[in-house]
Amino acid sequence: MTIVEQEIHTPTKPPLYRDVRVLRWVFQVAVVAVVGYVLYRLYDNAITNLESSGLPTGFDFLDTQARFAIPGLEGSAEYSIRKAYWAGYLNTLRVIIVGIPLCTALGVIIGIMRLSDNLLVRAVGTVYVELFRNIPVLLWIFITYLVIILQNLPQITDDVTPFDAFVISNRGIGIPWFNPDADLLTFLGFVGIGIIAVVGVSLWRRKVNEDTGRPSRGLLYGGGAFLIVVAIGNIVAGNALSPDPAVIDGRQVGGGMNIFPPYIGLTIALVLYTASHVAEIVRGSIQAIHKGQAEAAQAIALSTFQRYRYVILPQAFRIMIPPLASQYLNITKNSSLAVAISYVEITSIFQRVSNNATPALQALIILMFCYLTFSLGISLIANYFNRRLSLESR
Amino acid sequence: MAPDGQYAPVGIGGGARGNDENPIARDAPPRRGAGKGLRSVFRDNLFKDAKNSILTLVFGAVILFVLYRTFSYVFITARWEVIYDGPLEFYMVGKDFRRTGISYEMLWAGVYTAVLAMGIGSGLGYDEEAPPMRPRARMAMIGGPMVGIVFILSMTRTITPTLLTIGAVGALVLGNQLGRRMPQGVRRRSAWILLAMTVLAFGLITDFTPSNIDEFGGLLLTIVVAFAGISLSFPIGVVMALARRSTFPLIRPLAVGYIELVRGVPLISLLFMGQFALGFLFPPGSDLPGPIPRAIIMITLFSGAYVAEVVRGGLQSVPAGQIEAGKALGLSPLTITRQIVLPQALRNSIPALIGQFISLLKDVSLLVIIGLQEMLGIVDVVLARPEFTNQGYTPEAYAFVGTIYWTLCFSMSRAAQRLETRLGVGTR
Repeated sequence: MTIVEQEIHTPTKPPLYRDVRVLRWVFQVAVVAVVGYVLYRLYDNAITNLESSGLPTGFDFLDTQARFAIPGLEGSAEYSIRKAYWAGYLNTLRVIIVGIPLCTALGVIIGIMRLSDNLLVRAVGTVYVELFRNIPVLLWIFITYLVIILQNLPQITDDVTPFDAFVISNRGIGIPWFNPDADLLTFLGFVGIGIIAVVGVSLWRRKVNEDTGRPSRGLLYGGGAFLIVVAIGNIVAGNALSPDPAVIDGRQVGGGMNIFPPYIGLTIALVLYTASHVAEIVRGSIQAIHKGQAEAAQAIALSTFQRYRYVILPQAFRIMIPPLASQYLNITKNSSLAVAISYVEITSIFQRVSNNATPALQALIILMFCYLTFSLGISLIANYFNRRLSLESR
Repeated sequence: MAPDGQYAPVGIGGGARGNDENPIARDAPPRRGAGKGLRSVFRDNLFKDAKNSILTLVFGAVILFVLYRTFSYVFITARWEVIYDGPLEFYMVGKDFRRTGISYEMLWAGVYTAVLAMGIGSGLGYDEEAPPMRPRARMAMIGGPMVGIVFILSMTRTITPTLLTIGAVGALVLGNQLGRRMPQGVRRRSAWILLAMTVLAFGLITDFTPSNIDEFGGLLLTIVVAFAGISLSFPIGVVMALARRSTFPLIRPLAVGYIELVRGVPLISLLFMGQFALGFLFPPGSDLPGPIPRAIIMITLFSGAYVAEVVRGGLQSVPAGQIEAGKALGLSPLTITRQIVLPQALRNSIPALIGQFISLLKDVSLLVIIGLQEMLGIVDVVLARPEFTNQGYTPEAYAFVGTIYWTLCFSMSRAAQRLETRLGVGTR
C-alpha cells in the first residue's frame, strides 16, 4: 500500500509540451500573433492603397472644406469637415433627445394596454406591437415620410399659417421660438439655475415638512422659485421669452424655428417602431412583478392609475432598465437611417464625406467614435439609474 | 372582480338580510368563469363595470373606424395594378434575374428542398410530451400568416403561385412527418442530412454558380443575403462567445473589442464601409468582389457580434454543475466544451437565434441605401416604370412589401416563441 501511494504522490513535472499552463500561453500568443499579423496586413494594405490613390493617410483632412451644404444651416457650404461632423452630431442628438422620451411614454402606454382587463384595449395593444415589430424600421420611415408627411403637407405657396405664428408647409413646419436678438445661452443658463433652485427648494420644503409637520407645498415654492429665476434670466438675456413668430419668407420658412419634414418623419417612425419593442419590455417587466403586489394595491383601494404609478411601475422599472437601455441604443443607431430620406445627421455626413475625395477609412473611424460617445452616454445614465434603483441587498 | 353573490338573484337572498349573510348565495359557486358561455366572456372582458364599458365603447369606435378605413382602402381606393400587372416578378426575384439564365423550375426546386429541410428539422424537434399549444396561440400562429399569404397570393392574379405555395405547405408538412418518424440510426446523422439539403437548396437556387447572386433582387435577394449572413456569422459568433467566456487573458479582450465595437455602430455605417472603404483593405491590385458579396461580408461581420451575444446567453444558461461534472470525470476542457457545454448552450440559444435571423431579415432592407435592389429597393425600380411614374403608387407598393415582411417575420417569431416553450428555455 505505502509503496503505491508513494508512487502516486511523487511530484513529477510534466514535460513542457504537456504542461497546461505553458500550452495555454502558447495558444494565446499564437492567436494574438495571427490576429496581429492580419490586422497589420490590413493596415499595410490600407496605407499602400490610400497613398497610391493619392488620398491622405492621416486626419488632416478634417480641416479641409467639406464642399457640401447642410440644409437649414446658413453658410454650411463653407464648413470644414470637422465642423460638418459637429453639425451632424447635433442633428443626431436632436433625434434621440426627442425620440427617447416619446418612445418610452408610448411604449409604457402600449405595454400597459396589453395587460388590460378589457378585450378591445388588449387587442389594440397586441395589434400595435405585432404590426410595428415585424416590419423593418426603414419601411416605416419611408411610409411616414414619403407617404404620410410629404403627401399631406401643403405647399409653401398655400400660405398655411395658423395664428400667424406657425407655418405648415412642405418646406418645414415653423414654430415660434425664442427672441433671436436675445442671448439664448445666458437664458438657458438661467433655466439651468432655475432647475437647480427647484431641486433645492423642494428638498428644503420636504425637510420643513418632516421637522415641523407643516405642509410642504413643494410645487408652490418650487414653481415660484423657478419663475423668479427665469424672469430674472429673461431680463438679463434681453427679453428672450418674447416669441419670434415663424413667417413665410419668400419660398422658405423664416423666423421662429423651422422643423424639417425629414426630421419629423424620421422621429415619428423611430418612435413608433421602438415603442413596440419598449412595450414588450414593459409588459414582460410588469408580468415579472409578483402578483401579490398588484393584489395588495387593489386591496387598499388604489385606483388603476395609482396602482401602476406607486406600486407596479417603480418595481418594474428596476427590471426594465437594462433592456430599455439597449432599445435606446437601437433608436440611436437607427437614427442613422436618416441617410435614406436626406436628413443630414452624422451618418449622412460620413456618407457625403466618403463620396468626396476624402479617405473613407478615417471618416469611418470618426463616425464610430461619435457613436461610441452616444452608447457610452446612454450606458452611463442607465448604470446610474440601475445603481439607484437596485434593491438594497444585505 | 365582483364579489361572489353580487349577481345572485335578490329573491333567494331573503329580502332585508342582504346577500352577505345569505348562506345559499355564499355557497353557490361563483358565477364568474363558471359558465363559459359567450355572455360571461362578454361581461368579464368588455362590460365589467362602468369604466370598462366606456373603454369598450371608445376603443370599439376607434377599431371600427380603422377597420372601415383599412377595408375601404384595400378593396376600393387602392390601385393594386402596381403589384399584379407584371411587376410581381420584380418584387419576387428582381429586375435582372432573367440574365442569370436560372429557370423558375430550378428556383422552385431549390425552394422546395429548403422547405423540406425546414419541415424535417421541425419534425426532428417534435416532442410528444411537450404541452399542447393554447388554442388562441395556435389560431394566431396559423391565422396571421394565412391572412398575409392570401393577400400576397391574391395579388398574383394567376393560379401558378397559389399551387406552388400549396405545394410548399405540403412539403413542410411532409418534411415534418418524415422528421418525426425518422429511425434512430438516421436521426443521429440528421444534422449532416439537413446540411446537405441546405447546400443543395442554395446550389439549386443559384444554379451552382454563387456569382449569380449579383443579378438577384427583390425578395429572393433579401432572403439569400439574410440566410447567408446568419449561416456565415454563426461560426464567428460561436468562436467569439467562447473566447469572451474563456479564461484566456490575451484572447478575451480581442473578442470583447470585436463584439462591442460592432454592436456600437449602426449597420448602415458598416455597409457604407463595405462599399467605400473595404477595397482599401484588400491587397493592392486584387479583384474586388461585387457590391452584393461585399454587403454579405459586412452583414456577416455585423451579425457575428450579435450571434456571439446570443450564444453567450446560451452558454450562461448551462448550469455550472454540468462543467464540474465533466471535470470530475477527468475530461479535458476542450472535450467539456465540445461535448457537454456547447450542445446544451446551442440548443438553448435556438429561439434567440431565430430572433436574430428575423432582425437580420429586416436589416437587409438597409441595402436599398447603398443602391441594391432588395425588396425596398425594387419598389423604386417598379415605380420608375413609365406606366407607374409620378402617379402616387407608392403607398400600394409599400403596403405590399410590408405585408411580405410582416408575414415572414410574424410567422418566424411565433415559431420561435413556440420553440422556446417547447425547449423549456429558462425553466429546465
